[in-house]
Amino acid sequence: MKLIIKNGRVIDPANNIDGEYDVVIDKGLIQAVTPAGKAKDDSSAKVIDAKDCIVAPGFLDMHVHFREPGFEYKETIESGCESAAAGGFTTVAMMPNTNPVNDNRSVTELMISRAKAHGKVKALAIGAITKGLKGETLSDMGDLKEAGVIAFSDDGRPVMNNQVMRRALEYSRMFDLPLIQHSEILDLTAGGCMNEGPISTELGLKGMPTEAEDIMVYRDIALLEKTGGRLHVAHISSGESVELVRRAKAKGLAVTCEVAPHHFILTDASVRGYDTNTKMSPPLRAQSDIDAIKEGLKDGTIDIIATDHAPHDLVDKQADYHSACFGIVGLETALPLSLRLVEEKILTLPQLIEKLTSRPAEIFKLDSGTLGAGKLADVVIFDPSQEYKVEASKFKSKSKNSPFDGWSVKGRVLHTISNGKLIYSN
Amino acid sequence: MNLANKDILGTEQLSREEIEGILDTAVSFKEVSTRQIKKVPTLRGRTIINLFFEASTRTRTSFEIAGKRLSADVINISASTSSTVKGESLLDTAYNLEAMNPDILIVRHSISGVPHMIARHIKCPVINAGDGAHEHPTQALLDLLTIRQHTKQLAGLKVAIVGDIAHSRVARSNIHAMLKCGMEVTVVGPPTMIPVGMECLGVKVLHNLEEAISQVDVVMMLRIQLERQNEGLFPSFREYSNQFCLTADKLKHGRKDMLIMHPGPVNRGIEIALDVMEGPHSVILDQVNNGVALRMALMYLLLGGGSETDH
Repeated sequence: MKLIIKNGRVIDPANNIDGEYDVVIDKGLIQAVTPAGKAKDDSSAKVIDAKDCIVAPGFLDMHVHFREPGFEYKETIESGCESAAAGGFTTVAMMPNTNPVNDNRSVTELMISRAKAHGKVKALAIGAITKGLKGETLSDMGDLKEAGVIAFSDDGRPVMNNQVMRRALEYSRMFDLPLIQHSEILDLTAGGCMNEGPISTELGLKGMPTEAEDIMVYRDIALLEKTGGRLHVAHISSGESVELVRRAKAKGLAVTCEVAPHHFILTDASVRGYDTNTKMSPPLRAQSDIDAIKEGLKDGTIDIIATDHAPHDLVDKQADYHSACFGIVGLETALPLSLRLVEEKILTLPQLIEKLTSRPAEIFKLDSGTLGAGKLADVVIFDPSQEYKVEASKFKSKSKNSPFDGWSVKGRVLHTISNGKLIYSN
Repeated sequence: MNLANKDILGTEQLSREEIEGILDTAVSFKEVSTRQIKKVPTLRGRTIINLFFEASTRTRTSFEIAGKRLSADVINISASTSSTVKGESLLDTAYNLEAMNPDILIVRHSISGVPHMIARHIKCPVINAGDGAHEHPTQALLDLLTIRQHTKQLAGLKVAIVGDIAHSRVARSNIHAMLKCGMEVTVVGPPTMIPVGMECLGVKVLHNLEEAISQVDVVMMLRIQLERQNEGLFPSFREYSNQFCLTADKLKHGRKDMLIMHPGPVNRGIEIALDVMEGPHSVILDQVNNGVALRMALMYLLLGGGSETDH
């Protein structure tokens, strides 16, 4: 079916486009992005009026947990993809901490085929760095790549052993895929459930210090300098870690990093009251960390925004703070939360969209995140100024664990188009 | 006097006026325990549940006696007998107990924040009898009652709290309550037992017990939990005692009318020497004695003590 998106402000960072354009879609592909009003009338085409809206490439989230196989009561690939579509995402990358772990071809193939069967969103698979996420033996990386994985990660757990991490960086070079590290020195965070600082002291909860993140980021960079390979630092949360990445980039090392919206919106003060929806790993940090993260977003040290979408059933969250699971639903609040960066003038709108589209595509070498002619027609249309209240109970995700429930936010996804098909409309 | 909140979850939420009102009420209840017939009909027909997920002798008994002296029916539930061992969730346990219409639920748990979570979900008043390393408000209030009994007034007094501050709910509750009452608090211990950002609570930090003793009116020693040695928070009990055991020798640096306190249970010879514990400065048993009156006062105030009753 032919689609014409009219009257919108089209922002396509990959092609330096920002202005009034019409987007013409046919046969699942972008046919043309033409100056407003120039698109040829075609009675067979469906027209979407994007007045007062932004038209951008569909977003990419390179860090989601869709829980299938193994934890389908929290999320399935299908419900996760619906959640992605509702958040304006057309490509996501699924972390391998499933059960069984995605450390072998059969799990990869299962995950990819489930995603394809649902068909709306491109849900890609990330393979484990080590077998069983145990941090001991490397997974069969070559076989995993052939099965379709686009990166390796033991996310949820770090690769603690120095020698294993060194070997992983060396070995993965053959496949030119990045290693995504969840940076956390576990002996410094054992038993911890929130950031270590004055608030953890006040609340009597065991802390997870920022050094636990910094030391591993430093170690990985030190290893990378010798081994080569590509390192992507997941969900950076410590200000000092941002500085470490900045220095590594200045040296020309192949390091990239991502930040999750909650890490630039909330501080550890939100843990007061013991709401388990404020429990995530890495934990919510101090205001000084948020300031450093914003600086890192501004100067490009932080490459992309990724949600670390971590759905958990009420059973796993309605527990005492220490026992509750780490993580929150991220896909459906990512846009309005990220738009705050534009409102605060940390990023321009095109810069923000770049961190959600072309930059992740570039890092993970994906042929998407742009509205270039001939590309797959993945498009999001959102109204950046529409105000509404977040209602977690209405999330498409199977789980409703969000600290942003009830928040008044600005910026709403109106349409998500994937492969030229309208997959979500609000 | 009326309390602002339905629950007693911590001293952090109490105002100075509330704290003083609670202490005054407690004083009026002390006499009951000196009678031959130690019972008043104040809470006759009321049901109080002691829900203890963590072992306790002193605190649980104190709550139980307090309730019984007010004629309430007191039920004790400990984790080993409750359905939590069968996998029932905390909240389900609380909902089930609430369905039996108790008037007060007293909760102790080894994890910070559990009484708060329960209080958020049920209507009946909750008293926090100790949550993790967070708060133990009734202990702090009985400590203040004990100090006031000996010094007449609280404002201006200087207190040292000594030991494993990081893991101590007694320390946190006392810090909040004491600062509100105009006292000065110094926490003392090895840096491994002083948590990050302690000064943000408004206290001074010292690592030398003798120095602290020379500056204060009251010394509160905390129990060293035996398992902490395995966590590497101090090298050995011998080393800990050399540095931080309150001995007669170290007490020489302090004033003659110094008050020595300990929330119990005591590791004799580790954090406090036997002769000091039983010596003239010690008010440790007064603390236990005051605990009953203090808890009677809280139960009375929570169940509408603002109106005239016949205690």
